[in-house]
Amino acid sequence: MVIPSEEARLVAAAKAGDSDAFAELVRNTQGDVYTLAYRLTGNEDDARDVAQEAYLRAFRSLKRFRGDARFSTWMYRITANCASTHLSRRSKGRHEELSDDDNVLDERPESDPETMAEAGVLRDRVTAALADLPPILRAVVVLRDVYDLPHDAIASELGITESAAKVRLHRARRKLRERLFPMPGEEKARAV
Amino acid sequence: MRSSRFFGSGGVSCDDVADALPAIVDGLEVAAIEVQRHVAACLRCQAELVQYRKVLRTLHQLRTEVLEPTPGLLPDILAALEAAGERRAIHHLLNGRRVAYVGGIAAATAAGAAGAILASRARRKVRLAS
Ligand SMILES: [Zn+2]
Repeated sequence: MVIPSEEARLVAAAKAGDSDAFAELVRNTQGDVYTLAYRLTGNEDDARDVAQEAYLRAFRSLKRFRGDARFSTWMYRITANCASTHLSRRSKGRHEELSDDDNVLDERPESDPETMAEAGVLRDRVTAALADLPPILRAVVVLRDVYDLPHDAIASELGITESAAKVRLHRARRKLRERLFPMPGEEKARAV
Repeated sequence: MRSSRFFGSGGVSCDDVADALPAIVDGLEVAAIEVQRHVAACLRCQAELVQYRKVLRTLHQLRTEVLEPTPGLLPDILAALEAAGERRAIHHLLNGRRVAYVGGIAAATAAGAAGAILASRARRKVRLAS
């Protein structure tokens, strides 16, 4: 974690052409950027490619970063955009990749939800449930509910309308809730 | 399919409320008054809302988790930036403009002897990406 004033100094220096300053920004944010890329793509190789592409794009468009947001937030937006491009490029010819419909097999809810509800366990289960969401639903809920990006930013980076982003967010939340805490009558009625 | 169908005074069913819950759980959207009344009177929907809140809270917590990138990611990124910087510098030289030279970025890495291999790998990726 870098304090904002130090970050602002590094951004200003990088804009002025100081390559060490940009390298320092990369060093300070690479863990976060890689983590987001991993959550969006679901695997290490794609996460590495997306992180690298995101920094290249940031480097090329650094002049356009106005500093009214944190550098890390700006990087999240670029990373989201790169991941979206990456996934749609990879899914050419594989229609199901970006569709909203998932055909993921239902997993039996593990034992008693009450005893599974300890924070660490729940976190692991949420992570697993996220990974099983269709990529477009996963992207929206990760960017909104984990990374706290506003709807308009999410919509613009994913190339969808704001209302589509909201619809997908609500659908994603519902799928996660149904999988993690199925209500009576839901276990057999719904997949995921 | 729902096991219980409770209709509150406003004629709103649990199914109707179920559609509204994912939107109102973060408090950014206000539920319609009939939905509010239903939830206030329906234990089932209250329980469901609590589950949504748990999911949301856990998602928030994921924000603090930073995964350890696979080794070599940082040198890869810096080498790719160096390559991009060189291309840009050459482009600007050809256009007769002065530009900040980014070649120093690679020197800032601790890549050391592995640099050559990493750089060639990174350049391959850059080509694919651009
Ligand atoms: Zn109800």
